[in-house]
Amino acid sequence: MEALAFSDVTLELGGRTILSRVSFAIETGEFVGLLGPNGAGKTTLLRALLGLVPARSGTIRVLSGAPAAADASIGYMPQTRSSAVGSRLSGWDFVACAANGQRFGLPILDKALRFDVDRAIALVGGADLARRPLVELSGGERQRLLLAQALLGKPRLLLLDEPLISLDLNHQKSIVSLVSELNRELNLTVLFSAHEINPLIGVINRVLYLGNRQAAIGKVEQVITSPVLSRLYGTEIDVVHVGARVFVMAGAYEIERDEHRHDV
Amino acid sequence: MFEYEFMVNAFEAATIVAVASSLVGYFLVLRGQTFAGHALSHVGFAGATGAVLAGISPLFGLVLATVLAGAGMGFLGERFQHRDVAIGIVLAMSLGCGLLFLHFFTAYATQATALLFGNVLGVEAPTVLALLALGSVIVGALATISRPLLFATLQPELAEAKGVSLRRLSMIFLVIVALATAASVQIVGILLVFTLMVAPAAAAQRVTIRLWPGLLLSVVLALVEAWLGLTLAFYTDWPTSFWITALGAAIYMVALLGSRQKHAASGMHEHDHHHHGEDHLMRGAVSGTGEVKRLSPRDEGIAAQARPLSSSSHEL
Repeated sequence: MEALAFSDVTLELGGRTILSRVSFAIETGEFVGLLGPNGAGKTTLLRALLGLVPARSGTIRVLSGAPAAADASIGYMPQTRSSAVGSRLSGWDFVACAANGQRFGLPILDKALRFDVDRAIALVGGADLARRPLVELSGGERQRLLLAQALLGKPRLLLLDEPLISLDLNHQKSIVSLVSELNRELNLTVLFSAHEINPLIGVINRVLYLGNRQAAIGKVEQVITSPVLSRLYGTEIDVVHVGARVFVMAGAYEIERDEHRHDV
Repeated sequence: MFEYEFMVNAFEAATIVAVASSLVGYFLVLRGQTFAGHALSHVGFAGATGAVLAGISPLFGLVLATVLAGAGMGFLGERFQHRDVAIGIVLAMSLGCGLLFLHFFTAYATQATALLFGNVLGVEAPTVLALLALGSVIVGALATISRPLLFATLQPELAEAKGVSLRRLSMIFLVIVALATAASVQIVGILLVFTLMVAPAAAAQRVTIRLWPGLLLSVVLALVEAWLGLTLAFYTDWPTSFWITALGAAIYMVALLGSRQKHAASGMHEHDHHHHGEDHLMRGAVSGTGEVKRLSPRDEGIAAQARPLSSSSHEL
């Protein structure tokens, strides 16, 4: 059964065409990596699935319906500008703020919502983090709580926008294996955007690669190849394999790595 | 002291304002907009003195100016609200304009002092009623938007994706701040609004990391500040605003020292700085969790400084 599908979809943002007549489908329970250079439209694609960016043409289907804003069956983890980083509120209150947070009224959670918050925190192994102020958490610990927020309301589809950004290698691994566990144990469909394929190799079922207003979907070894990527980057690309790792090169220049600069 | 009607009025007015402004202040501190709030009160000075010049009620001019400035700031968005220089210039210019208006209306020197530093002992019964109405509007409006406001404060991107209009919410909130500022001016004056609005809330956030205990403590501390300040002023004959500001500073200091001691005891270190990359390295190094094994000499230097660094706070 398909969890989401683009058929012949064109997406525009501020008059610029981001994706042009793209079609693909993702099956229920799949863990798909979303890759592509900066500005290729990874975030725009995720926002289109959330109903925040309308398709210029074509049809988008999410969980066998049209994309709708605030769809509770979709868990979304946005890229954060880390505005709450300095907050002294607890991790628990941080996760809880997203539980029906869009409703007017007092931020009081009923028993069912409190239980849902506890459940989401437990799923990411964050019971410890929930008792600490946000300001004291590291980047990787914060990402866990963001993931917990995305799990509120028992979604069937997870859209994760660059969860690995600015994390060191150990934290990258722990986030990827956590998402992989959630994918298998809860049968969640996951679309996981990243700058670099290597942390996801061996974990994702398929990769959706964007570039040059086009998209390619398939197994890692089918997509991360010289002909496919040359088409998506619009320039001659070499793919170099070193053990289980893959390096995407344009001439002497390693593309994915240079675009993925860690803060650490 | 309650045999005097002016003291009864003062206590009633201070209670209303303390409750309203400490609740507003809690969110102001959480959103990191304390300086914007500070600037709003200065805009109010120009509004109030301008109103006197125009022959209308200064309270009306004060409310009008702060509300317009609050809505404008909210409209200009988050980027403006964190531009301290731009806000500072608006703040200074507002004081300058207020001075000019006073220059044309020299007879009002006492009124100017009352506006700048507050005159809670001069509050009369009708003002108490006006403050009660204003306070109810402030608390009611804040209660209505508090849930999405918290969401938008802590997780703006997700809130936006869930249909919360960040700009509209920011405008509504800053209008509420403006009203709270206008109310606080009656007690402590324009220059000292910060003390009632920010000090109790900031102290409360140092003491507890939970939302509701924090809100409650913020109110309690503001009430302590206001009531104790009035009592001390009554017995010492020193200005009430002095006592309220002194108590505000004392409460914040105690909370700061208390929370630091708690951290020292539990072996945790806090850093209010902005490079989480470094933060991360440092925490690994300092807490010895083994997350980070290699440290460059520079990072070791930072780690060694971690303890003295943690004594500086950027909250105020």
